[in-house]
This record gives sequence, C-alpha cells and structure tokens, in this order.
Amino acid sequence: MIGDPVELDGVTYAYGDGTLRREVLRDVSLRVAPGEIVILTGPSGSGKTTLLTLVGALRAAQQGSLRVLGQELAGAKEAARVALRRRIGFIFQSHNLLGFLTARQNVAMALELDGDTAEAERLERAGEMLRAVGLADQTGKMPSQLSGGQRQRVAVARALVNAPGLILADEPTAALDRASGGEVVRLLRDLARSRGTAILLVTHDPRILDVADRIVTMEDGRVVAGSAEGEAPAPAR
Amino acid sequence: MNALTELRPAVTPATRAAPSPPGLAASTRLAVRLAWRQLRSEKARLASATAGVMFACLLVFMQLGFRAALFESATTLIGAMKADLFLMSPMTLASFRPEPIPRARVSQALAVDGVAAAAPVYLAQSSFRNPATGTRRTIQLIGFDVEAGVLDLPGLAPVREALKQPDTFAFDARSRPEFGPVTAMLAERGPFPVQIGNRDLRVVGTVELGSSFGADGNAVLSEVNFRRVVSGRRAALVDLGAIRLAPGADLLTTQAALRAIMPPDVGVMTQAELRAHERRYWEEATPIGFIFSFGSLMGLVVGMVIVYQVLFSDIASHLKEYATLKAMGYSNGHLSRVVLGAAGILALLGFVPGTIVSSILYGVVADATFLPLNMTAERAAWVLLLIFGMCAAAGLLATRKLRDANPADMF
Repeated sequence: MIGDPVELDGVTYAYGDGTLRREVLRDVSLRVAPGEIVILTGPSGSGKTTLLTLVGALRAAQQGSLRVLGQELAGAKEAARVALRRRIGFIFQSHNLLGFLTARQNVAMALELDGDTAEAERLERAGEMLRAVGLADQTGKMPSQLSGGQRQRVAVARALVNAPGLILADEPTAALDRASGGEVVRLLRDLARSRGTAILLVTHDPRILDVADRIVTMEDGRVVAGSAEGEAPAPAR
Repeated sequence: MNALTELRPAVTPATRAAPSPPGLAASTRLAVRLAWRQLRSEKARLASATAGVMFACLLVFMQLGFRAALFESATTLIGAMKADLFLMSPMTLASFRPEPIPRARVSQALAVDGVAAAAPVYLAQSSFRNPATGTRRTIQLIGFDVEAGVLDLPGLAPVREALKQPDTFAFDARSRPEFGPVTAMLAERGPFPVQIGNRDLRVVGTVELGSSFGADGNAVLSEVNFRRVVSGRRAALVDLGAIRLAPGADLLTTQAALRAIMPPDVGVMTQAELRAHERRYWEEATPIGFIFSFGSLMGLVVGMVIVYQVLFSDIASHLKEYATLKAMGYSNGHLSRVVLGAAGILALLGFVPGTIVSSILYGVVADATFLPLNMTAERAAWVLLLIFGMCAAAGLLATRKLRDANPADMF
C-alpha cells in the first residue's frame, strides 16, 4: 500500500542566512489523501506559496520530511525532483501557455516528456482532454484567439492530460472574472474527482472555497486551522 | 459528465509510475521542432536573425574567397612557367628572392634516365622605365635559354625568334598599367627601346604571365641578354633549373632518381610542388593570410552577436513559459537543446541564401578584378562548419539566460 499523495511532517523552511534568516514555514505537517481537494488559504506572507513550491519539488527541501507521490524530497537530487514534477500537474495564476503553439499542441507538450507515446497518440489524448474541458472546437486555435477563461481551461487540460497523481494550483482564478473563475475551478474539481486525483489549491478567492473537501488556513508559517468537515478525506464521487 | 467518465484512465493515477523519458534522438527532434515553431511564430525576428547569419556567411565567403584568390595570384609567375621538373635551392623562400644553385647541377640532371633536356633559369628584379612617363618601377626579369625549348611561357612561341637578338626582351602584356601602355605602343610603332636597369633594350613582343604579389610586371629575356642587364652575377650560379622529360618517362620515378644523385644544395620539385612552396610562403611568412582570417573572424563575431541577441531576447521574453516547462518536468538540458536547435536552424536558414549570394558576388568581383574567385565545395563546407560553430557559440551563451527561468518564482 502506497501512502497518500502528499505527506508533510515537521517541514521548516527559511530564506536567507545568518541575521537575514527569515523562517517562512515552521514545523508544518499536512496530508492530502488520494482524490482529496484541499484549499490552502491565509494572508499574504503566511508561507502557503512556499509550501506549494516545496510540494511541487520546485525548491530543495531544508528540514522535515516531505513525501510526495511516494518520493521523499528531503535531500533529493535535482534530477529526482525534475522526474517527480512530470507526475504532478501545475496550474498557475496566469495560463502560461506557449503563444506559438495551438491549444492542442500546448496540451501535448505535457505528454512529450513521456517517451512511450507516439506523436499521433499525444495529439489524440490532447484532443480528448480539450473535449473534456469543453474546448472541442478550439483545439486548433492559438492562445491569443481564446478568452481568458478558455486559456485557463487549456491550462487545466495541460495539467491533467498526463494523468498526474497530484494537481498543484496557485490562485487559478486570480486573472478571471467570477463566472469563468468558478467554471474553471468546478471543471478542475469534477475532472480530478472522476480520476481520483488529489488537488492542493492555494487561493485568496472566497468564491471558490466551496469546491474544497477541506480548507487549511495558514498564518505566519504555521497551519492554524483545518475546516471541520474535511478531517476525513472525501472519497471520489 | 459522460465525456468525463469515458476519460477515466485504466491505471489509477496515484500508482502511476514515473514516465520513461524519451531517448536522446527523440527528445532532440522534439526540441528542434519546438525551436522551429517558436522561430516561425515571430516572422520579423526570424527574418532579421536570418539576415544576420546570411551577412556573416557572406563576409566569411568573401574574405576566404579573396584570400584564396590572392594566394592563387601570388603563384602566377611560377604557374606560368611550364616545365616537367624544377631544380631549386632549398634555401629559396619565394621566387622573387631566389637563392642561386650551381649551374653544374643542371648539367648533372642530364645524366638521369628519363631527362630529355635541362636548362637554367635566371630570376632577378630590376627597374623598368615607363616609356610614356619616364618613371621607374620594379619589374621581374626572367632569363632562360629561349632556344632550348625546356621552359615554356604563355604567348612565348611567336617571340622566341626575336628574343635571340641582342638587347631585346618580351614584355608581359598582363603587367599592371603603371608600366605604361607598352602593348599599345608596340602595336603602333613596332619594336622600340625601353630602359631596364641601366641598359636600353628593345621590346620586341609580348607574353601573357600576369602580375603577382612579388612582382607588378614581368619581362622575359634570353640568357645572354639577362646577363647584360644584370651585370656582376657569376655565370656559374643560376636560380632555377628547368627539366623536360623524355616522352614516356615517369614523372615521380625521374624525380626520385634526380633526388638520389643531387647534393643537398638542390631540391627537385614538380610544378605543383613549386607552386605549393611559393604559396606557403605567402600564407605563412606574410600577414596576408592573417588579415583575411581576421576579417572572417570579424564576420563571425558580428553574426554571433546578432544570433545571440535574437536567442537571448527570445528567452527573455518567454521566461514565464520556459519556467512553466521546467515546472512540468522539462530539464534544463532539454531546454538548452531547444535554444541550440534554434541556433542550428538559423545557421542553415542563413547559410543557404548566403552561399547563393556569395556565388553571384564572386562572379561580379572576379569580372571586375581579374582575381580567380570561385565557389568551391570545400570552401562551402568550411563556411558551413564555421557558421554552425558561430551559431552554436551564440546558442550556448544564450542558454545561460535559461537559469533565470526559475519555476519556483512562478507562484
């Protein structure tokens, strides 16, 4: 039996050295179960984004144990971290799509890291994924020809197409209006649920808190509260 | 939601193993394709980068072309002297400043099987008074036994008889114009006196040699007339020995036989070897080769800066996208291959039109300067290599910018 997608135990992280040393995470412990959707919230500077980058293997761990998708990140080499990232889907504040590729080619970029798939299969899967996010008619369009909500949906498709074990999202609705923001997050939730993918989502946006199974609040580098409903991970519907 | 349930993967995501990365060849192909798609998307930038590479290509082709053409023309005099084998002092660096060899060596050569005839050749530089303006210029004198028929020069046959007369010479019609309109005057009034050194000689005809680095013009004389102009030379010393082989004699065998009997004060060379020797002097002992190499280098540096600028600004303006790719699991090495792929594409895109335009320009310049300029496959391959190296260097420099694409800053 493999553990949960995210298992953090006593994680402490600091920027700077000596007198400039500033702790942004203090003894954080957090678990995310398969299929669980956890929203990480809290004021600016509470350390939630740093936590997300550590879980995403984008930073080297300093103290404590971080097991992500079964991989221990404490003391992990750069190559191991790069390999782990291929099994995680990332969604950013802005879509960060490559402007010179079509929607379908952008999604297929996530599959080009896998040597076992052929070009035709990659495009096929990318097309299916775009259909799943409701963009079946837009696969050949460039990002500049899509609306903000559509672009973020392409980013969702890109994060999901490789069947990741974990999705990390940072303020995915920040650049969107209320309607398209809600639509993107609910789409993300439904797709993740249907595949049993865990989601760790950082947000300030109160309008999307309702998609979470559990809300974790951080302040000053510590987890200060977990919502009552979420202590037991919700199974996939 | 039907579409969603259909998409449920066969393997549960949580247990999905890390994908095996593509092999080097496959991932390089993908990297180059990505590079091409990126370059293609910004037409103006692609056009200016291609123009930059093309310009560098053109500069290098021109410099290398001029260099080869000038070395080619440096050996004009030697190239014009037609004989099967030559005897020359190993101390001679270039034909314009020959070390003498004993005349006896030329006679010794006759002892070798396969040698039909051998004749001495005298080389010296003297001053030539322009018959129109009276100014003096240095001219190359070539003296040899015109009757022996061992050494041939282009255009010599019609004037061979006339050169036997005392105090006569044949003027090189392809000398630089500073020597005066000798050919025109000859056609107009027939043989007329011209001062060479301190002696008046009559010009009786023309030959076709061409100017070279060592000499702006040439005059051909018989052995006897040469001695009259260049007084104070010991008759026992000559500058070159020209050898004609008997019909059917093998060139290399005879050369080996001659080398075997000759003392170390004489070298035996074929005409090709003599040319190569002369050329090597100009390449190695003068700054000419360096000047053109330097010119090529400047072209490459300019091209490199342009390519670097384009690649660098491509990365700088797409830092977020590159960081996203890194977050997705693309390694720094793979992204470096994308940048180098772009560099390689630019090299090819600039090289092809650069080579075509250079071929055309070679024709134009050759018509204007009479320099032997032409496109050779060897030079094209060389330039392709240099342009690739230039773009690779620019690409490698630009990849340093990739370090700024830090996926941790994306959040």
